[in-house]
Amino acid sequence: MGIFDKFSKLAAGRRELDALGIDPFGVQIDRIVSPTEGVIGGRHTILAGTNNYLGLTFDAQCIAAAHHALDQEGTGTTGSRMANGSYASHRLLEEELAAFYGMRDAIVFSTGYQANLGLLAGLTGPGDVVLLDADCHASIYDGCRLSGTEVIRFRHNDADDLTRRMRRLGPRAADALIALEGIYSMLGDRAPLRELVAVKREFGGYLLVDEAHSMGVCGAGGRGLAEELGVLAEVDFVIGTFSKSLGGGGGFCVSDRPELDLIRYASRPYIFTASPAPATIASTRAALRRLAQGHDLRQRLRENYEQLHAGLLALGYTLGAPPGAVIAVVLGERGEALKLWHELLLRGVYVNLMLPPATPDGVSLIRCSLSAAHTTAQIDAVCAAFAEVRPAAGATPPAQRAAM
Amino acid sequence: MLEQAQILSQIHDELVAFTQGRSEITADTDLIADLNMDSLRVMNFLLLIEDRFDISIPVNILPDVRTLRDLAAQIEKLLQQG
Repeated sequence: MGIFDKFSKLAAGRRELDALGIDPFGVQIDRIVSPTEGVIGGRHTILAGTNNYLGLTFDAQCIAAAHHALDQEGTGTTGSRMANGSYASHRLLEEELAAFYGMRDAIVFSTGYQANLGLLAGLTGPGDVVLLDADCHASIYDGCRLSGTEVIRFRHNDADDLTRRMRRLGPRAADALIALEGIYSMLGDRAPLRELVAVKREFGGYLLVDEAHSMGVCGAGGRGLAEELGVLAEVDFVIGTFSKSLGGGGGFCVSDRPELDLIRYASRPYIFTASPAPATIASTRAALRRLAQGHDLRQRLRENYEQLHAGLLALGYTLGAPPGAVIAVVLGERGEALKLWHELLLRGVYVNLMLPPATPDGVSLIRCSLSAAHTTAQIDAVCAAFAEVRPAAGATPPAQRAAM
Repeated sequence: MLEQAQILSQIHDELVAFTQGRSEITADTDLIADLNMDSLRVMNFLLLIEDRFDISIPVNILPDVRTLRDLAAQIEKLLQQG
Protein backbone atom coordinates (compact mmCIF):
# COMPACT_ATOMS: atom_id res chain seq x y z
CA MET A 1 0.00 0.00 0.00
CA GLY A 2 1.74 3.15 -1.21
CA ILE A 3 1.32 6.56 0.33
CA PHE A 4 -0.58 7.87 -2.71
CA ASP A 5 -2.79 4.80 -3.26
CA LYS A 6 -5.60 6.29 -1.22
CA PHE A 7 -5.89 9.11 -3.77
CA SER A 8 -7.06 6.77 -6.53
CA LYS A 9 -10.75 7.46 -5.79
CA LEU A 10 -10.15 11.21 -5.78
CA ALA A 11 -8.20 10.95 -9.00
CA ALA A 12 -11.13 9.17 -10.66
CA GLY A 13 -13.49 11.93 -9.53
CA ARG A 14 -11.09 14.54 -10.82
CA ARG A 15 -10.82 12.83 -14.22
CA GLU A 16 -14.60 12.87 -14.46
CA LEU A 17 -14.60 16.65 -13.99
CA ASP A 18 -11.68 17.11 -16.38
CA ALA A 19 -13.68 15.29 -19.04
CA LEU A 20 -16.44 17.85 -18.56
CA GLY A 21 -13.91 20.66 -18.82
CA ILE A 22 -14.86 22.27 -15.51
CA ASP A 23 -13.59 22.20 -11.96
CA PRO A 24 -16.28 23.47 -9.60
CA PHE A 25 -13.79 23.40 -6.73
CA GLY A 26 -11.12 25.42 -8.50
CA VAL A 27 -12.99 28.41 -9.87
CA GLN A 28 -10.80 31.46 -10.37
CA ILE A 29 -12.31 34.91 -10.01
CA ASP A 30 -10.05 36.96 -12.27
CA ARG A 31 -11.23 40.30 -10.97
CA ILE A 32 -13.39 41.31 -8.02
CA VAL A 33 -15.59 44.26 -8.93
CA SER A 34 -17.71 44.67 -5.80
CA PRO A 35 -18.98 42.56 -2.87
CA THR A 36 -21.47 40.98 -5.27
CA GLU A 37 -19.77 40.98 -8.65
CA GLY A 38 -16.64 39.52 -10.19
CA VAL A 39 -15.21 38.57 -13.56
CA ILE A 40 -14.93 34.82 -14.17
CA GLY A 41 -13.71 33.47 -17.50
CA GLY A 42 -14.10 36.89 -19.09
CA ARG A 43 -17.74 37.15 -17.99
CA HIS A 44 -19.21 39.61 -15.48
CA THR A 45 -20.70 37.32 -12.85
CA ILE A 46 -23.05 37.86 -9.93
CA LEU A 47 -21.46 36.38 -6.82
CA ALA A 48 -24.26 34.67 -4.91
CA GLY A 49 -22.28 32.28 -2.74
CA THR A 50 -19.80 34.45 -0.84
CA ASN A 51 -21.08 34.46 2.79
CA ASN A 52 -20.49 38.23 2.55
CA TYR A 53 -23.76 38.70 4.41
CA LEU A 54 -23.50 42.41 5.15
CA GLY A 55 -21.46 43.27 2.06
CA LEU A 56 -18.74 44.95 4.12
CA THR A 57 -15.70 43.84 2.07
CA PHE A 58 -15.75 47.20 0.24
CA ASP A 59 -17.03 49.34 3.12
CA ALA A 60 -15.20 52.68 2.95
CA GLN A 61 -14.51 52.89 6.67
CA CYS A 62 -13.23 49.31 6.86
CA ILE A 63 -10.90 49.92 3.92
CA ALA A 64 -9.66 53.23 5.39
CA ALA A 65 -8.97 51.56 8.75
CA ALA A 66 -7.04 48.76 7.03
CA HIS A 67 -5.02 51.26 4.96
CA HIS A 68 -4.12 53.22 8.06
CA ALA A 69 -3.01 50.08 9.94
CA LEU A 70 -0.97 48.94 6.96
CA ASP A 71 0.84 52.29 6.85
CA GLN A 72 1.36 52.46 10.62
CA GLU A 73 2.05 48.82 11.55
CA GLY A 74 3.21 47.10 8.39
CA THR A 75 2.07 44.04 6.48
CA GLY A 76 2.27 41.27 9.07
CA THR A 77 3.06 40.34 12.65
CA THR A 78 5.53 37.59 11.62
CA GLY A 79 4.83 35.44 14.64
CA SER A 80 2.49 34.11 17.30
CA ARG A 81 1.18 36.30 20.09
CA MET A 82 2.68 34.13 22.79
CA ALA A 83 6.21 34.17 21.39
CA ASN A 84 6.32 37.49 19.55
CA GLY A 85 3.85 39.53 21.59
CA SER A 86 0.41 40.92 20.80
CA TYR A 87 -0.16 44.20 19.04
CA ALA A 88 -2.33 46.60 21.01
CA SER A 89 -5.05 46.19 18.38
CA HIS A 90 -5.33 42.42 18.95
CA ARG A 91 -6.24 43.02 22.56
CA LEU A 92 -8.50 45.98 21.73
CA LEU A 93 -10.49 43.81 19.32
CA GLU A 94 -10.86 41.16 22.04
CA GLU A 95 -12.14 43.78 24.49
CA GLU A 96 -14.55 45.15 21.89
CA LEU A 97 -15.90 41.67 21.09
CA ALA A 98 -16.41 40.93 24.79
CA ALA A 99 -18.21 44.26 25.25
CA PHE A 100 -20.35 43.62 22.15
CA TYR A 101 -21.54 40.29 23.59
CA GLY A 102 -21.74 41.60 27.16
CA MET A 103 -19.35 38.88 28.29
CA ARG A 104 -16.18 38.89 30.32
CA ASP A 105 -13.52 38.13 27.73
CA ALA A 106 -12.66 37.05 24.21
CA ILE A 107 -9.85 35.31 22.35
CA VAL A 108 -9.03 36.17 18.74
CA PHE A 109 -7.81 33.33 16.49
CA SER A 110 -6.19 33.58 13.07
CA THR A 111 -9.05 31.91 11.16
CA GLY A 112 -12.61 30.80 11.87
CA TYR A 113 -11.51 27.18 11.50
CA GLN A 114 -8.85 27.75 14.12
CA ALA A 115 -11.37 29.34 16.50
CA ASN A 116 -13.17 26.00 16.85
CA LEU A 117 -9.97 24.03 16.69
CA GLY A 118 -8.28 26.26 19.28
CA LEU A 119 -11.15 26.48 21.72
CA LEU A 120 -12.04 22.77 21.65
CA ALA A 121 -8.45 21.55 21.71
CA GLY A 122 -7.62 23.98 24.52
CA LEU A 123 -10.72 23.39 26.63
CA THR A 124 -11.23 19.64 26.33
CA GLY A 125 -8.96 16.65 26.56
CA PRO A 126 -8.85 12.90 27.24
CA GLY A 127 -11.45 12.00 29.87
CA ASP A 128 -13.81 14.81 28.85
CA VAL A 129 -16.86 14.28 26.69
CA VAL A 130 -18.24 16.47 23.90
CA LEU A 131 -21.74 15.94 22.51
CA LEU A 132 -21.89 17.46 19.08
CA ASP A 133 -24.69 17.94 16.61
CA ALA A 134 -24.19 15.43 13.80
CA ASP A 135 -24.16 18.22 11.18
CA CYS A 136 -21.47 20.30 12.91
CA HIS A 137 -18.75 21.86 10.76
CA ALA A 138 -15.51 19.97 10.16
CA SER A 139 -13.65 22.42 12.42
CA ILE A 140 -15.69 21.23 15.42
CA TYR A 141 -15.00 17.58 14.64
CA ASP A 142 -11.32 18.35 14.05
CA GLY A 143 -10.98 20.33 17.28
CA CYS A 144 -12.32 17.33 19.20
CA ARG A 145 -9.97 15.01 17.39
CA LEU A 146 -6.98 17.21 18.21
CA SER A 147 -7.99 17.36 21.87
CA GLY A 148 -8.43 13.61 22.34
CA THR A 149 -11.77 14.11 24.07
CA GLU A 150 -14.52 11.50 23.83
CA VAL A 151 -16.95 12.55 21.07
CA ILE A 152 -20.61 11.59 20.92
CA ARG A 153 -22.83 12.72 18.05
CA PHE A 154 -26.50 13.50 18.52
CA ARG A 155 -29.04 13.64 15.70
CA HIS A 156 -29.13 16.97 13.93
CA ASN A 157 -31.27 19.57 15.73
CA ASP A 158 -32.86 16.82 17.85
CA ALA A 159 -33.23 17.84 21.49
CA ASP A 160 -34.79 14.48 22.40
CA ASP A 161 -31.78 12.60 21.04
CA LEU A 162 -29.47 14.94 23.00
CA THR A 163 -31.56 14.22 26.12
CA ARG A 164 -31.15 10.44 25.68
CA ARG A 165 -27.42 10.81 25.31
CA MET A 166 -27.08 13.12 28.31
CA ARG A 167 -29.10 10.62 30.38
CA ARG A 168 -26.84 7.73 29.32
CA LEU A 169 -23.82 9.73 30.53
CA GLY A 170 -25.10 9.70 34.11
CA PRO A 171 -23.08 11.98 36.41
CA ARG A 172 -20.64 12.80 33.58
CA ALA A 173 -23.38 14.87 31.89
CA ALA A 174 -22.83 17.71 34.36
CA ASP A 175 -19.37 18.28 32.89
CA ALA A 176 -20.14 17.51 29.26
CA LEU A 177 -19.68 20.14 26.55
CA ILE A 178 -22.55 20.42 24.05
CA ALA A 179 -21.35 21.83 20.71
CA LEU A 180 -23.64 23.07 17.95
CA GLU A 181 -24.19 25.86 15.45
CA GLY A 182 -26.72 28.69 15.21
CA ILE A 183 -27.30 28.37 11.48
CA TYR A 184 -25.89 25.37 9.63
CA SER A 185 -23.86 26.35 6.62
CA MET A 186 -24.98 23.70 4.14
CA LEU A 187 -28.79 23.81 4.30
CA GLY A 188 -29.13 27.13 6.12
CA ASP A 189 -31.35 25.59 8.80
CA ARG A 190 -31.45 26.98 12.33
CA ALA A 191 -30.84 25.21 15.63
CA PRO A 192 -33.83 24.87 18.00
CA LEU A 193 -31.72 26.65 20.59
CA ARG A 194 -34.39 27.06 23.26
CA GLU A 195 -35.09 23.33 23.31
CA LEU A 196 -31.39 22.48 23.31
CA VAL A 197 -30.70 24.98 26.09
CA ALA A 198 -33.49 23.32 28.11
CA VAL A 199 -31.55 20.02 27.94
CA LYS A 200 -28.47 21.77 29.31
CA ARG A 201 -30.60 23.23 32.12
CA GLU A 202 -31.91 19.77 33.00
CA PHE A 203 -28.61 17.91 33.03
CA GLY A 204 -25.96 20.59 33.52
CA GLY A 205 -22.91 20.78 31.29
CA TYR A 206 -21.62 23.57 29.09
CA LEU A 207 -22.82 24.93 25.76
CA LEU A 208 -20.76 26.07 22.79
CA VAL A 209 -22.61 27.73 19.89
CA ASP A 210 -20.85 28.53 16.63
CA GLU A 211 -22.53 31.64 15.20
CA ALA A 212 -20.34 31.83 12.07
CA HIS A 213 -23.35 32.06 9.74
CA SER A 214 -25.71 33.88 12.13
CA MET A 215 -23.56 36.71 13.52
CA GLY A 216 -24.57 39.92 11.77
CA VAL A 217 -27.60 38.13 10.34
CA CYS A 218 -29.74 37.24 13.39
CA GLY A 219 -30.65 39.09 16.56
CA ALA A 220 -31.68 42.71 17.06
CA GLY A 221 -28.04 43.65 17.70
CA GLY A 222 -26.55 41.20 15.18
CA ARG A 223 -25.06 38.90 17.82
CA GLY A 224 -26.58 35.80 16.30
CA LEU A 225 -29.32 33.25 16.85
CA ALA A 226 -28.78 32.98 20.62
CA GLU A 227 -29.55 36.69 20.91
CA GLU A 228 -32.58 36.41 18.65
CA LEU A 229 -34.03 33.56 20.74
CA GLY A 230 -33.17 35.22 24.06
CA VAL A 231 -30.78 32.51 25.27
CA LEU A 232 -27.40 34.24 24.91
CA ALA A 233 -26.87 34.19 28.69
CA GLU A 234 -27.10 30.38 28.61
CA VAL A 235 -24.29 30.02 26.08
CA ASP A 236 -20.92 29.39 27.73
CA PHE A 237 -18.81 29.81 24.59
CA VAL A 238 -19.81 31.75 21.50
CA ILE A 239 -17.63 31.03 18.47
CA GLY A 240 -17.58 33.38 15.51
CA THR A 241 -15.65 34.33 12.44
CA PHE A 242 -14.41 37.56 10.88
CA SER A 243 -14.58 36.14 7.38
CA LYS A 244 -18.32 36.30 6.78
CA SER A 245 -20.43 39.22 8.06
CA LEU A 246 -17.28 41.12 9.09
CA GLY A 247 -15.69 40.81 5.66
CA GLY A 248 -12.16 40.05 6.89
CA GLY A 249 -10.37 36.94 8.08
CA GLY A 250 -9.96 35.36 11.51
CA GLY A 251 -12.18 34.03 14.26
CA PHE A 252 -12.98 34.39 17.94
CA CYS A 253 -14.45 32.91 21.08
CA VAL A 254 -16.26 35.02 23.66
CA SER A 255 -17.20 33.73 27.07
CA ASP A 256 -18.27 34.88 30.48
CA ARG A 257 -16.16 32.16 32.09
CA PRO A 258 -13.25 33.58 34.07
CA GLU A 259 -11.11 30.64 32.89
CA LEU A 260 -11.24 31.68 29.23
CA ASP A 261 -7.89 33.44 29.37
CA LEU A 262 -6.23 30.24 30.62
CA ILE A 263 -7.37 28.38 27.51
CA ARG A 264 -4.85 30.39 25.48
CA TYR A 265 -2.02 28.58 27.26
CA ALA A 266 -3.43 25.15 26.42
CA SER A 267 -4.46 25.83 22.84
CA ARG A 268 -1.98 24.67 20.23
CA PRO A 269 -3.88 26.32 17.33
CA TYR A 270 -3.54 29.61 19.26
CA ILE A 271 0.04 29.20 20.40
CA PHE A 272 1.62 27.90 17.22
CA THR A 273 0.11 30.27 14.63
CA ALA A 274 1.08 33.75 13.53
CA SER A 275 -1.42 36.32 14.78
CA PRO A 276 -3.72 38.12 12.32
CA ALA A 277 -2.11 40.97 10.33
CA PRO A 278 -2.72 44.52 11.59
CA ALA A 279 -4.78 45.55 8.55
CA THR A 280 -7.10 42.56 9.10
CA ILE A 281 -7.60 43.45 12.75
CA ALA A 282 -8.23 47.10 11.86
CA SER A 283 -10.85 46.36 9.20
CA THR A 284 -12.52 43.86 11.53
CA ARG A 285 -12.77 46.45 14.32
CA ALA A 286 -14.37 48.93 11.91
CA ALA A 287 -16.69 46.20 10.58
CA LEU A 288 -17.75 45.23 14.12
CA ARG A 289 -18.77 48.83 14.78
CA ARG A 290 -20.76 48.85 11.53
CA LEU A 291 -22.34 45.47 12.32
CA ALA A 292 -23.44 46.69 15.74
CA GLN A 293 -25.27 49.60 14.05
CA GLY A 294 -26.38 47.42 11.15
CA HIS A 295 -30.17 47.31 11.43
CA ASP A 296 -30.36 48.81 7.95
CA LEU A 297 -28.05 46.13 6.51
CA ARG A 298 -29.93 43.30 8.23
CA GLN A 299 -33.22 44.67 6.89
CA ARG A 300 -31.76 44.84 3.36
CA LEU A 301 -30.36 41.31 3.70
CA ARG A 302 -33.75 40.01 4.85
CA GLU A 303 -35.51 41.61 1.86
CA ASN A 304 -32.94 40.03 -0.45
CA TYR A 305 -33.16 36.51 0.91
CA GLU A 306 -36.95 36.62 1.03
CA GLN A 307 -36.95 37.67 -2.65
CA LEU A 308 -34.65 34.83 -3.74
CA HIS A 309 -36.36 32.21 -1.55
CA ALA A 310 -39.80 33.10 -2.92
CA GLY A 311 -38.44 33.22 -6.47
CA LEU A 312 -36.86 29.76 -6.28
CA LEU A 313 -39.92 28.23 -4.60
CA ALA A 314 -42.11 29.66 -7.35
CA LEU A 315 -39.86 27.94 -9.89
CA GLY A 316 -40.52 24.63 -8.16
CA TYR A 317 -37.12 24.08 -6.56
CA THR A 318 -36.85 22.14 -3.30
CA LEU A 319 -35.13 24.35 -0.70
CA GLY A 320 -33.25 23.21 2.38
CA ALA A 321 -34.78 25.56 4.94
CA PRO A 322 -37.21 28.44 5.47
CA PRO A 323 -36.00 31.86 4.22
CA GLY A 324 -32.52 32.80 5.48
CA ALA A 325 -29.24 34.21 4.23
CA VAL A 326 -28.19 30.70 3.15
CA ILE A 327 -30.53 29.21 0.57
CA ALA A 328 -29.75 25.67 -0.52
CA VAL A 329 -31.39 24.08 -3.54
CA VAL A 330 -31.62 20.38 -2.70
CA LEU A 331 -30.89 17.97 -5.55
CA GLY A 332 -30.75 14.21 -5.51
CA GLU A 333 -27.92 13.22 -7.72
CA ARG A 334 -24.48 14.75 -8.09
CA GLY A 335 -24.49 14.80 -11.90
CA GLU A 336 -27.66 16.85 -11.89
CA ALA A 337 -26.21 19.30 -9.35
CA LEU A 338 -22.97 19.63 -11.28
CA LYS A 339 -24.82 20.34 -14.54
CA LEU A 340 -27.10 22.91 -12.92
CA TRP A 341 -24.15 24.63 -11.24
CA HIS A 342 -22.23 24.83 -14.53
CA GLU A 343 -25.21 26.15 -16.47
CA LEU A 344 -25.66 28.89 -13.87
CA LEU A 345 -22.00 29.88 -14.15
CA LEU A 346 -22.32 30.10 -17.93
CA ARG A 347 -25.21 32.52 -17.33
CA GLY A 348 -23.11 34.74 -15.06
CA VAL A 349 -24.26 33.43 -11.68
CA TYR A 350 -21.71 31.97 -9.28
CA VAL A 351 -23.06 29.84 -6.43
CA ASN A 352 -21.57 26.98 -4.41
CA LEU A 353 -21.72 23.36 -5.50
CA MET A 354 -21.83 21.08 -2.47
CA LEU A 355 -21.50 17.33 -2.79
CA PRO A 356 -21.37 14.42 -0.31
CA PRO A 357 -19.66 13.80 2.06
CA ALA A 358 -19.48 17.57 2.73
CA THR A 359 -23.28 17.67 2.80
CA PRO A 360 -25.67 16.06 5.30
CA ASP A 361 -27.22 12.72 4.42
CA GLY A 362 -25.84 12.26 0.95
CA VAL A 363 -27.69 15.12 -0.75
CA SER A 364 -26.18 17.32 -3.46
CA LEU A 365 -26.76 21.03 -3.10
CA ILE A 366 -26.59 24.25 -5.04
CA ARG A 367 -25.95 26.63 -2.20
CA CYS A 368 -26.61 30.36 -2.48
CA SER A 369 -25.77 32.94 0.14
CA LEU A 370 -27.23 36.41 0.04
CA SER A 371 -25.69 39.76 0.84
CA ALA A 372 -27.15 43.08 1.93
CA ALA A 373 -25.15 44.46 -1.00
CA HIS A 374 -27.11 42.54 -3.65
CA THR A 375 -29.52 44.70 -5.62
CA THR A 376 -33.08 43.71 -6.42
CA ALA A 377 -32.06 43.60 -10.09
CA GLN A 378 -29.22 41.16 -9.31
CA ILE A 379 -31.60 38.82 -7.49
CA ASP A 380 -34.04 39.06 -10.41
CA ALA A 381 -31.14 38.03 -12.67
CA VAL A 382 -30.25 35.09 -10.39
CA CYS A 383 -33.90 33.94 -10.47
CA ALA A 384 -33.99 34.31 -14.25
CA ALA A 385 -30.89 32.11 -14.56
CA PHE A 386 -32.43 29.47 -12.28
CA ALA A 387 -35.57 29.57 -14.42
CA GLU A 388 -33.56 28.90 -17.59
CA VAL A 389 -31.63 25.96 -16.15
CA ARG A 390 -34.55 24.37 -14.32
CA PRO A 391 -34.45 20.59 -14.72
CA ALA A 392 -37.37 19.02 -16.53
CA ALA A 393 -40.32 18.02 -14.35
CA GLY A 394 -39.94 14.56 -12.89
CA ALA A 395 -36.17 14.93 -12.38
CA THR A 396 -34.59 12.94 -9.59
CA PRO A 397 -36.40 13.76 -6.38
CA PRO A 398 -34.18 14.93 -3.54
CA ALA A 399 -32.91 12.24 -1.23
CA GLN A 400 -34.96 11.86 1.90
CA ARG A 401 -33.03 12.62 5.07
CA ALA A 402 -34.45 9.72 7.03
CA ALA A 403 -33.87 7.20 4.28
CA MET A 404 -30.18 7.93 3.76
CA MET B 1 -25.82 -9.44 29.08
CA LEU B 2 -25.82 -10.05 25.34
CA GLU B 3 -23.25 -12.45 23.89
CA GLN B 4 -21.08 -11.12 21.10
CA ALA B 5 -22.77 -13.52 18.67
CA GLN B 6 -26.18 -12.03 19.48
CA ILE B 7 -24.81 -8.53 19.09
CA LEU B 8 -23.32 -9.49 15.77
CA SER B 9 -26.58 -10.91 14.54
CA GLN B 10 -28.48 -7.74 15.48
CA ILE B 11 -26.03 -5.35 13.82
CA HIS B 12 -26.00 -7.61 10.77
CA ASP B 13 -29.78 -7.20 10.48
CA GLU B 14 -29.51 -3.44 10.89
CA LEU B 15 -26.81 -3.20 8.25
CA VAL B 16 -28.74 -5.29 5.73
CA ALA B 17 -31.70 -2.94 6.22
CA PHE B 18 -29.44 0.15 6.08
CA THR B 19 -27.85 -0.97 2.82
CA GLN B 20 -31.27 -1.88 1.43
CA GLY B 21 -30.92 -5.59 1.45
CA ARG B 22 -27.35 -6.36 0.45
CA SER B 23 -27.19 -10.04 1.12
CA GLU B 24 -23.47 -10.75 1.00
CA ILE B 25 -22.79 -9.06 4.34
CA THR B 26 -20.92 -11.26 6.83
CA ALA B 27 -19.12 -10.67 10.11
CA ASP B 28 -15.94 -9.96 8.18
CA THR B 29 -17.42 -7.51 5.68
CA ASP B 30 -15.35 -4.32 5.66
CA LEU B 31 -17.76 -1.39 5.98
CA ILE B 32 -15.61 0.98 3.96
CA ALA B 33 -13.71 -1.24 1.52
CA ASP B 34 -16.49 -3.75 0.76
CA LEU B 35 -19.61 -1.66 1.15
CA ASN B 36 -18.09 1.57 -0.15
CA MET B 37 -19.49 3.55 2.79
CA ASP B 38 -17.84 6.90 3.54
CA SER B 39 -17.15 7.99 7.12
CA LEU B 40 -20.38 9.98 7.27
CA ARG B 41 -22.48 6.99 6.26
CA VAL B 42 -20.71 4.82 8.83
CA MET B 43 -21.49 7.41 11.51
CA ASN B 44 -25.14 7.58 10.39
CA PHE B 45 -25.35 3.79 10.56
CA LEU B 46 -24.04 3.97 14.11
CA LEU B 47 -26.97 6.24 15.08
CA LEU B 48 -29.30 3.27 14.38
CA ILE B 49 -27.11 0.86 16.30
CA GLU B 50 -27.07 3.24 19.24
CA ASP B 51 -30.87 3.25 19.36
CA ARG B 52 -31.01 -0.53 19.09
CA PHE B 53 -28.73 -1.10 22.07
CA ASP B 54 -29.58 2.11 23.96
CA ILE B 55 -25.94 3.17 24.12
CA SER B 56 -23.89 6.08 22.84
CA ILE B 57 -20.97 4.97 20.70
CA PRO B 58 -18.11 7.49 20.81
CA VAL B 59 -16.88 8.56 17.37
CA ASN B 60 -13.38 7.84 18.73
CA ILE B 61 -13.80 4.09 18.21
CA LEU B 62 -14.07 4.46 14.43
CA PRO B 63 -10.37 3.98 13.65
CA ASP B 64 -10.62 0.57 15.36
CA VAL B 65 -13.67 -0.56 13.43
CA ARG B 66 -13.32 -2.01 9.96
CA THR B 67 -15.65 -5.00 10.05
CA LEU B 68 -18.93 -5.92 11.71
CA ARG B 69 -16.99 -8.20 14.06
CA ASP B 70 -14.88 -5.21 15.18
CA LEU B 71 -18.04 -3.20 15.79
CA ALA B 72 -19.65 -6.02 17.80
CA ALA B 73 -16.56 -6.20 20.02
CA GLN B 74 -16.76 -2.45 20.69
CA ILE B 75 -20.48 -2.64 21.47
CA GLU B 76 -19.89 -5.54 23.87
CA LYS B 77 -17.29 -3.45 25.67
CA LEU B 78 -19.64 -0.46 25.90
CA LEU B 79 -22.50 -2.64 27.20
CA GLN B 80 -20.22 -4.05 29.89
CA GLN B 81 -19.15 -0.53 30.94
CA GLY B 82 -22.75 0.74 30.92
